[in-house]
Amino acid sequence: MSEHKTTEILQEEAAKLWADLESKKSADVKLTPKDRTAIPPQEMPSRDPIKRAHEMGEVALGYTETQARVEAERCIQCPGAPCRKGCPVAVPIPEFISHIQKGDFKGAVDTIKQTNLLPAICGRVCPQEKQCQSFCTVGKMLKTPEKAVAIGRLERFVADWERANNQITVPTPAPETGKKVAVIGSGPAGLTVAADIRRAGHSVTVFEAFQKTGGVMVYGIPEFRLPKEIVAKEVENLKKMGVEFKTSFLVGRTETLEQLLDKEGYDAAFIGTGAGLPKFLGIEGENLIGVFSANEYLTRSNLMKAYDREHADTPLFEAKRVAVFGGGNVAMDGARTALRLGAEKVYCVYRRTRAEMPARAEEVAHAIEEGVDFHFLENPTKFIGDEKGKLTGVELLNYELGEPDASGRRKPVAIPGTEHVLEIDAAVVALGNESNPLMAQTTEGLNVTKRGNIIVDENQKTSIPRVWAGGDIVLGAATVILAMGEGRRAAASMNEYLAGK
Amino acid sequence: MLHKILEKRQLSYDKERDQSVYYYKVEAPEIARNRKAGQFIIFQIDEDYGERIPLTIADANANEGWIAVVFQTVGATTRRFSMNFNVGDNIPVLVGPLGRPTHIEKKDGAILCIGGGIGIAPLHPIVEANHAIGNKVITVIGARTKDLLFFEDEMRKASDELIIVTDDGSYCRKAVVTEPLKEVCEREKVSEIVSIGPAIMMKFCVAAARPFGVPITTSLNTIMIDGTGMCGCCRVKVGDQTKFVCVDGPEFNGYEVDFDNMMQRMTAFRDKEREADHKCRVGLDAGKKA
Repeated sequence: MSEHKTTEILQEEAAKLWADLESKKSADVKLTPKDRTAIPPQEMPSRDPIKRAHEMGEVALGYTETQARVEAERCIQCPGAPCRKGCPVAVPIPEFISHIQKGDFKGAVDTIKQTNLLPAICGRVCPQEKQCQSFCTVGKMLKTPEKAVAIGRLERFVADWERANNQITVPTPAPETGKKVAVIGSGPAGLTVAADIRRAGHSVTVFEAFQKTGGVMVYGIPEFRLPKEIVAKEVENLKKMGVEFKTSFLVGRTETLEQLLDKEGYDAAFIGTGAGLPKFLGIEGENLIGVFSANEYLTRSNLMKAYDREHADTPLFEAKRVAVFGGGNVAMDGARTALRLGAEKVYCVYRRTRAEMPARAEEVAHAIEEGVDFHFLENPTKFIGDEKGKLTGVELLNYELGEPDASGRRKPVAIPGTEHVLEIDAAVVALGNESNPLMAQTTEGLNVTKRGNIIVDENQKTSIPRVWAGGDIVLGAATVILAMGEGRRAAASMNEYLAGK
Repeated sequence: MLHKILEKRQLSYDKERDQSVYYYKVEAPEIARNRKAGQFIIFQIDEDYGERIPLTIADANANEGWIAVVFQTVGATTRRFSMNFNVGDNIPVLVGPLGRPTHIEKKDGAILCIGGGIGIAPLHPIVEANHAIGNKVITVIGARTKDLLFFEDEMRKASDELIIVTDDGSYCRKAVVTEPLKEVCEREKVSEIVSIGPAIMMKFCVAAARPFGVPITTSLNTIMIDGTGMCGCCRVKVGDQTKFVCVDGPEFNGYEVDFDNMMQRMTAFRDKEREADHKCRVGLDAGKKA
């Protein structure tokens, strides 16, 4: 592990590079692509790993202005903008970076917002190394995507700059059309749809089952990765545009979708209810005290604020040795939350290896820095408890990688006879979600797949007239940006429908 | 949505445990319109830091737009709720109706409805709904002692027969609820038993019903957070499957419920709950003195 560099050190390094670049510029020397790729990639400043592992504050601190300016100069503005093709919402990436190169941060963020309304969030949670940055020409020239232009960090920088300097401009909606749209769920898909439809002049009501808006960005993704204040700000901006929010309203139960469309006068609806029921392993001992779904573990801490022991009424499960099962972002969030809640030892058990982990690279790196102990190529066979039904351990089996499976990843194969026990007092199962059956159960004619995901056409239209759907309820568990992509597509189709009505 | 408290009554007081049972009538037009027997709500007394507490709907009126809940002051939140929330106040968070409704259909034999302690409240809408479709309803309500009984008149109104028992014999018959259960099943044709109360009571009702082979429905009151199927905190073993009380229940075939596992899981946070309740009592006492 490389030594942790403080923001001050990183800023100093960047300042030197910047002075050099400035002098070249003032001498009217045009930077060649070779000059640009010679600029070292700017490291993201972060909190000290030893301290931060016990605090809820955000880990990645964001570029300094100098760092952002230096990093932006690494972009060679190559023709064809391959990065843009890797973006689910096709952000005009070279254009926004070129604004940063000119020092026009407001211009940069406005450019991003042409297609992505939540840059402060996406800059933090998008898996850039699998999307835009994996196509970056600079990364290709330097023969590693790790050296690609840090598009996500630049996106975050300009969005944070805009917020910190009170430069946020709220789009003015088109004149009122008198049409009404219901958006079910206030996660990334729902918020995107709400914004796009409101902009077209229709009135929008967002229904949220929880007491707080933001969906997975509030109950699932922890504060140390995505401060809740940022999500609240995005919702506030939508309210300024005239979007109405109804919390503690569970569509399907409080009122059915049918009631909203037929009795409450909504002209159209979008279902963005997200991933639903947590998957468990289906092994012995799963209902012991101390075995949690990641959803429960994270919701207690994030939404219910149980980490704030002083103020919160929702109790935390105090555990010293915690094992998290899974290799995705949610598993990383669970493991790193466990550390912050006071666990002395946190294991992450994953049946493949680091290379196959679906989690965002930065999250895995952060988890390792903070001291999470990874058990690769292992998988649980049963949970072990005491006479009071409390978890005391988990039996694990070793695995090896075999032939590639349908997902293209090498398939883990169990090695018989390698059972061994890991002593733990809490287990967090982060193996994804099955879809919540509520909308399908309470909405006649809504077609879903065998797994319960809502079936939509290329415009996100469902089997019911006037109803669209998107996000995890369609995709299964995916990412914030993919949910937003679906939301944008749905909103475009809904606006078209409403205009012709 | 505002949920104003329209009426507040103390139904009983348990001196031994220093716990009370309260009845709150709350403005909630959408829930009142759409709720069915067997469903519940979740509330919080503080939007930011409050915990989410599930309560079964004890009564409702769609025309007047209200629902009623009944709860016992067993922990810090319910205690603070009862002390700090009065008629005219708004409940900050209230969502519902949650869970699947009770399956009510016309049956040949009697429906034997058994409510123990605080379980009398959620039983009430089920008694009413069965009565409304013309089923013969025999209701048994029981409690440790006379002071803990409530809804006697309401139950009498909706039942063909009402049997009241107390553990200590301080009111009506001295018995536990399983005794009338057996007697009624011996005496006449019972098509279904519905049992709601503490887990241990439901477990014994299931054991008592088994020899008669009468279907028995039990309503579970596990710990919950979201109440919409998202967290899995409320999961319980039913038959050989793990079920979620919030979306698959709250009612399950009593013969299939693993009550021992459920009772264990309900103790998961007991130390913390006791500590919070203790702090709350100390705080309330200090408040009283000041």
